[in-house]
Amino acid sequence: MNKILEVRNLSKIYGPGCPQCLESTGPEADTNLCPHCGSVVAIHDVSFDLFEGEILGVMGESGSGKSTVVKNLYFDQAPSGGEAIFYDRDKQHDLFALNAAQQRWLRNHRFGMVYQNPHLGLNFNISAGGNIAERLLMSDLMDYGAIRERAKALLARTEVLLSRVDDLPRNFSGGMQQRVQIAKALATQPPLLFLDEVTTGLDLSVQARILDLILEIQQELKTAMVVVTHDLGVIRLLTGRAIVMKYGRVIEAGLTDQILEDPQHAYTQRLVASAL
Amino acid sequence: MTLPILQVEGYGKHFQLHEQHKLIPSSHNVNFSVSAGCLTALVGPTGAGKSSVLKGVYRTYLPSAGRILYRDAMGHELDLVLASEHQILELRRREIGFVTQFLHCLPRQATLDVVAQPLLALGVSRIDARQRAAELLSAMNLPERLWSVSPATFSGGERQRVNLARGFIAKPRLLLLDEPTASLDPATTEQVIGLIEGLKSEGMAMLAIFHHPETTSRLADQVVELAPPPAVEELLKEIA
Repeated sequence: MNKILEVRNLSKIYGPGCPQCLESTGPEADTNLCPHCGSVVAIHDVSFDLFEGEILGVMGESGSGKSTVVKNLYFDQAPSGGEAIFYDRDKQHDLFALNAAQQRWLRNHRFGMVYQNPHLGLNFNISAGGNIAERLLMSDLMDYGAIRERAKALLARTEVLLSRVDDLPRNFSGGMQQRVQIAKALATQPPLLFLDEVTTGLDLSVQARILDLILEIQQELKTAMVVVTHDLGVIRLLTGRAIVMKYGRVIEAGLTDQILEDPQHAYTQRLVASAL
Repeated sequence: MTLPILQVEGYGKHFQLHEQHKLIPSSHNVNFSVSAGCLTALVGPTGAGKSSVLKGVYRTYLPSAGRILYRDAMGHELDLVLASEHQILELRRREIGFVTQFLHCLPRQATLDVVAQPLLALGVSRIDARQRAAELLSAMNLPERLWSVSPATFSGGERQRVNLARGFIAKPRLLLLDEPTASLDPATTEQVIGLIEGLKSEGMAMLAIFHHPETTSRLADQVVELAPPPAVEELLKEIA
């Protein structure tokens, strides 16, 4: 088993920041808002490893910083500190030392992202097929026929009716929009996929089919994934290991079954005890 | 005499419940070993921490004390208490199986796929994995009409057979069994006992908890008696 991603001391602070920010925030302080300068310490000192073909869960309540972690890794935001190394075949990329063009290249070719909000992942002004074509074009596939074939194959794989390839995403149900997003994220067969609350807000039967689809894809393509969710069921179903976050810090990390059956931290114990 | 596969030395486990400010002792100073082709049975009253030992070996529980030395297929020795998460995941995939007391599976997954799952994780093709699952299920007398539906609607005995088949299928070197025959009728119990004997003679090492003393005496090569852990105050006295 080889490492695909190594994140060390990742940190993101919104606001001016001051010398007391770090000691005045976090789980002990019970806030992520610095009382001295008003900055928000969204995440601080987040470290983890991800191996090829592995699914890592990032769990925690709203505002714990879990989405910020993947947004930084996908270059939606720039971190305030820390580093991340992406191991791609025989190359190593120091993610936050790359220039904008290099970051864009990785984003388009080697990473995939599925957002909770389909508006972030899809262009609502062009068709479902067009959305996938857009990503294929960015990854240097130029032949019209080939693009269309590949788009259709991807949508078929994610169980989107082919008769709707030319429809606009706004005319799709929430579950269908997520399927198109997943197809788009997988278009370039990236070895690394970020999933940010992808089933939150969908009804249960749709949730189950999307999660099954993600598991099948993971088995077929051996894609490594970072799954952000507050849903313990999703954590249990998809992930082998998990980290638990609170007020921007990692408070616990371990094997998923161990975290759910023998949680160590007071907060994790409360979280697991409140499962339905 | 070959070296044991598993050696547990001074294993202890307690739960610290922060919210209730309580320390719950579960296992205390447990010592035993398991060898290839042998079955070690844990016995003792309810609350003696039998399941907690199995879960500690599988690392579903983080052990609080002791060493759990595991000798892998290459002959390397590893303390499971200190092993990394990836080392544990790799061992679970290739060497250590666990048949839990109750079957946990998705209510929409066909029985054949539930049983085939450990083989898929090893990279066996879907067709071959399902084929092996079918062979195993018919050897365990699970009616073929049930194979394509989820175990969710099965009786206790049927479910438990599915659970066992999933534990056996990848032929782990060490199999942990938590009351595998508890909900089975006498005829099925006999079949399961036969299966366990067969796997033992193939060299599988087993660590088991059985509901019936009679099953223990028939299958166990070694019996380890666990006593309930001393109350916390005594534990604390010992530390002090």
